[in-house]
Formats: sequence, structure tokens, C-alpha cells
Amino acid sequence: MVDHPSPVPGRKAFAAALLAPDLPVPEGVVGRDGRPAGKRFAVYRNNVVVSLTESLKATYPAVTALLGEEYFSALARLYINAHPPQSPILSRYGAELSEFVATFAPLAAYPYLADVARFEWAWLQSYHAADAPVLAAADLAAVPPEALAGTILTAHPAASVLVSAFPVFDLVIANRFEPEASGSVDLSESQTVLFSRPDIDVMFRVIPAGTAALAAALLDGQALGNAAEQAFEADPAFDFSQGLSVLLAAGIFGGLDGRAA
Amino acid sequence: MTAAFPSRIDAALPQRAGVGLKGEHVPEILANRPDIGFFEIHAENYMEVGGAPHRHLETIRRDYPLSLHGVGLSIGGAGPLDRDHLTRLRKVADRYEPGLFSEHLAWSTHDTTYYNDLLPLPYTEATLAHVVSHINQVQDAMGRQMLLENPSTYVAFAESTLSETAFLREIVQRTGCGLLLDVNNVHVSATNHGWSAETYLSEFPLDQVQEIHLGGHAPDIDDDGLPLLIDAHDRAVDQEVWRLFALVANRVGPLPTLIEWDNDVPAWPVLLDEARSADRILSGAASRELRRAHG
Amino acid sequence: MSKMILSAAFVAGAVATAVSGLSTAAVAQDAKEKCYGVSLAGKNDCKAGPGTTCAGSSTVDYQGNAWTLVPKGTCVSMSVPDGRMGSLEPLTRDLPKS
Repeated sequence: MVDHPSPVPGRKAFAAALLAPDLPVPEGVVGRDGRPAGKRFAVYRNNVVVSLTESLKATYPAVTALLGEEYFSALARLYINAHPPQSPILSRYGAELSEFVATFAPLAAYPYLADVARFEWAWLQSYHAADAPVLAAADLAAVPPEALAGTILTAHPAASVLVSAFPVFDLVIANRFEPEASGSVDLSESQTVLFSRPDIDVMFRVIPAGTAALAAALLDGQALGNAAEQAFEADPAFDFSQGLSVLLAAGIFGGLDGRAA
Repeated sequence: MTAAFPSRIDAALPQRAGVGLKGEHVPEILANRPDIGFFEIHAENYMEVGGAPHRHLETIRRDYPLSLHGVGLSIGGAGPLDRDHLTRLRKVADRYEPGLFSEHLAWSTHDTTYYNDLLPLPYTEATLAHVVSHINQVQDAMGRQMLLENPSTYVAFAESTLSETAFLREIVQRTGCGLLLDVNNVHVSATNHGWSAETYLSEFPLDQVQEIHLGGHAPDIDDDGLPLLIDAHDRAVDQEVWRLFALVANRVGPLPTLIEWDNDVPAWPVLLDEARSADRILSGAASRELRRAHG
Repeated sequence: MSKMILSAAFVAGAVATAVSGLSTAAVAQDAKEKCYGVSLAGKNDCKAGPGTTCAGSSTVDYQGNAWTLVPKGTCVSMSVPDGRMGSLEPLTRDLPKS
């Protein structure tokens, strides 16, 4: 090891006080000419909380719009203390916000909020996912017909499915992507959303239950025949070729894996 | 993806003004390829594997040199450096071949928590040895020289025994790293601690400076009513910072100079105007240098 | 429901239709589909926050019912006694009295 053990125990106290406003300014931290640091230490406390709050707002604009800035900031303050960042890469900060919201008692009357957070996190994962080519329909067409049922389609890195009991697509569109549009959201609707990113722009669409079951099974690595069976179980009236068309067009597959199921 | 980058231009930064690359300005830059010396990127914004940020940066890198500025390595941290993070930094540098790589004299991680702020450290023999060992490790891992940036600070430490300039001078001697002189940070820290910025600059190892940062700050006051400047990067560069910059440029000659404007990011033409102001001072310093050489 | 076993021929037929149908408008038909070209701002920065505001130096007490904030955004209410649905108008009636 090239690293020495900590030569400065003082930094531990400094770090601890950053997120604990009730703690005093750490010993030995001073202002100008050795005066008490007072408000000067608050600059650091403020930087930490404000910058992390901004980062969360940037990742969760629809949740922010739904709650309002003031509420979101107060919620973020609690979240930051419960889940301070464990990585310097801020695009990865906030993964636990949906669970935090789901179990936050004062928001129990707004059960769709956690799914809106899940949507925004899924969108961000798709946005930053590895670049990869999308399976061309011709490659699937070239598989011998008798081998198709056992064919495994590999997942594209940017693809995912979000199942929600709420109109999560409509909620995010209205609160993030098209906030100027008027209209209302029917909160009794359920929407399952498919995310993909065939190039650099994230695509997302609402898919029906059968297509959702097909997508989930295929992204899970199951063979086409098995996946189709699950789709028919989810929806006996499922239109298999239509559902598969949608998935191929969305670009949720990266390639073919010929192993039999 | 780690092959040499197919850039049409050299990696080295020109002795001109550049600006921080902001997502807001990417469409304008891609559409019009404005005449600017270089772009600086924050390394941590390019550590995801794929997607739009990399696509845009690859396109921009074909036409512009880059400066790579790390904000999360926590060189002044009490614990060991994050080796995974060093590996990621190296990957970004290999991918984009920046002309310069810099980090801060500060810490931001303690134990495993990342505080996302450039936190101050006491200037003692013990912290000096620690920072030196970290910088050696960084330069080994990166396979290149790093530049260390002087911080903006709001507090001091009773235990400090060295001045900031003596601390930096000693680090340079022991590690062979270069320096990034943030002139706004000099003004901010000098004001906050009641130092003289001119004295600080006269003690600063200016011959080791390879890049300059300029940015705006927000004025406040402390509990005693004394001025407290915050390094907010939220407005145009202050007149006093321009004056200090000209003083430095005339002393050391023109250097790659960055305008930092990260909060309340302005429209592209406003940022470009700031860069043009820096360019005028750099040209003045260049002709002064020529006159000296031929005088 | 008994588990059905799809024949290889059925799967092959459906795939053939799916692949050929890709070039038709069938895919986009009545789909809720969106795609926005977004250039996100980088989240890592070296700026300092906006000064000495109380965001970092005040405590936020949260002990169950001590939480007095009310969401003020759009479309927030669903399980309320008078059956209001989620309209996209700000729910001004939920604003706390100031």
C-alpha cells in the first residue's frame, strides 16, 4: 500500500458535520484571523446539500414538478442524509429515490410518485447505456424456421420494461417532456413502458400486457417460444407477430444467440 | 474505443481562451463550430459507458482540443485514492486525448461518502506528505503529468503551519506536477482570509503554471460583517480578477485560459464574449513577450 | 389456465409476419411512443453553491406527523374523499395557509 493511514483525524469531524447541521463547527476550523468560522462553515454545508439537491432535481424533473420545488428540496434533504453519494459520478446518484418515496409516509396518498421516479431512473439508464448495434430484422429472418422457437435474442444494453399500476407514461410526459400541453391524466389507467435507445435518443412507448410479457421474458434471456407462451398467458388474445414487430422496431435486441432453450 | 482518437487537430491547447463545455451549448457548438481555443470537460461527466454525451464529445473533439478537469478524485482526502476512479479517469483521457489534465488541491470523499464539494485541507507537513503521495499515484496511473489547481476557501485551519503558496511550491518540487492557477480563486481566498492577492501571486510558482482559470464569484459577508466571496461560477468575471489576470499574463506570457460559468449558464454569445475579453489580454501579453524578446 | 405449447411452425409463421410487417405502418399504429433529443447538462461541476443560504445549515425534522409540507406541484391528488381526479392544474386548494 502506498497510502498512509489518515494523518488528519480532523477531516473525519469536518465530514461528519457537513450533513449534520446540529453539530458544532469542527474544532480547529476557523475564519479570518483565527475568529470562529461560524457562517463560513455553513458555506460548505450549503454547497453539499444544494449541489446534491440540484443533481437529484436534474435526474427527477417530473417528480420535482409533481411535488413542487420546495417540497422536493425538503425531501432531497432527507434523502441525502439517508443515502449520501457513494461515488463521485453524479449521474449515478439517486438510484434509491423511488424506494425512498414509496416508503415515505407523508406521500402515502400519492402512490404513483414512486413509479414516476422509477420511470425517470430507467430513462437515465437508457440514456447512458453502452452504444450497441440493434438486431436487424433480416438477421432474424435468416434463422431457419424450425430453429426460431429455440432462438434467444440478446438484450440491447439500453432496453428495459417498467410495469406500473399507474399512468406513468402520461404523468411523465405531462410533467417533464411536454409540461406546456394541457389536458388531464386519468389516474385509474395502468401503463407499462418499454425503453430503448437504438441510437442516441431514448425512445419510450406504452405497450399492452401481452407485448410487455413477451419483452420481459426475452430481455430476461428466454427463448422466443417460451417468451411467446408467457405473452399468451398474460393475454390470450395476444397478437404475437404484432408484438414482436413492436419490439424489433423499438430496437430492444442486440443480436441473436442460437442456443436452444 | 481506446485507440488513438481520430481528431483532425492536435491535442495541445493553444495559448488562447477556452470555455467549459456545457450541455446547453452543445447544439450551438455542433451547428456552428465557433472559433474558440479549446473546451474543458469535467471528467466525471464522461464516465458512463455510452450515449449522447460521448457522441457529442467525440464530434467536438474532432475539431477542438480538450482540457480534462477532474472534480471528484479527492486528492486531499484522508483515505486512500479510489483506484477504480483512477482507472475511469485514465479511460476518459485515453479516449479523448486531452492536451492537459488537472485536479484540485481539495478533498471531497471521506470513508466512502462523496460530498460533491471541494473541501479545504490544513497545510501541514503531514497533509503535504499525504497529498504528494496521492499525486505521485495519480501521475503513475494516468501516465502523464497532472496540473494541481489552487482552491477557493472559506475557512482556515488552526493547525496549518505552511502558507498555501509554500504548500503548492513544495508539492511541485516533490512530484513534478504542474499548476493550474485559478485567478478567481486567488481573489476569493485572498478576500476571505484578508491576504493580499498580489503578495500571493508574487509567492506563487508562476513558472510552473500551464493553465489559467477565470470565473465569477458571488459576494456575501461573514458573521463579523467581513467580505465573504463564494466561488459560484454564476456570473461574468469580476473586474478585479481581470486586473489580476492581466498582471499574471504580462508576467508569464499567454497560456491556455478557461472561462468557468457553471451556474445560471448564459446564452452562448455571452460566454463567447467573456472568452474574447480573455483573448484580448492574452494577445497583449503575447506582443509584450515579443517586444521583450526583440527589445 | 393450462400451459399452452406453441408449435415451432406457429412461432416461425409469426416471426415471418413480424419481420415483414416492420416496414409497414402497423408498428406505429395507435402507439403511445415518444422520443426526445435531449442534451443533458453534466451533473459534476466544480462550482460552489449559492452562498450561505440555510439549505445546508437548517435541519429538516421528519418524525412522522411533524412533517408539515404539502406537495404543491401539478396533478398530485388522487385518493381524496371528494373524488377529485388528477387534473393538470395546480391544486391551489391544497396550498398551506401562509
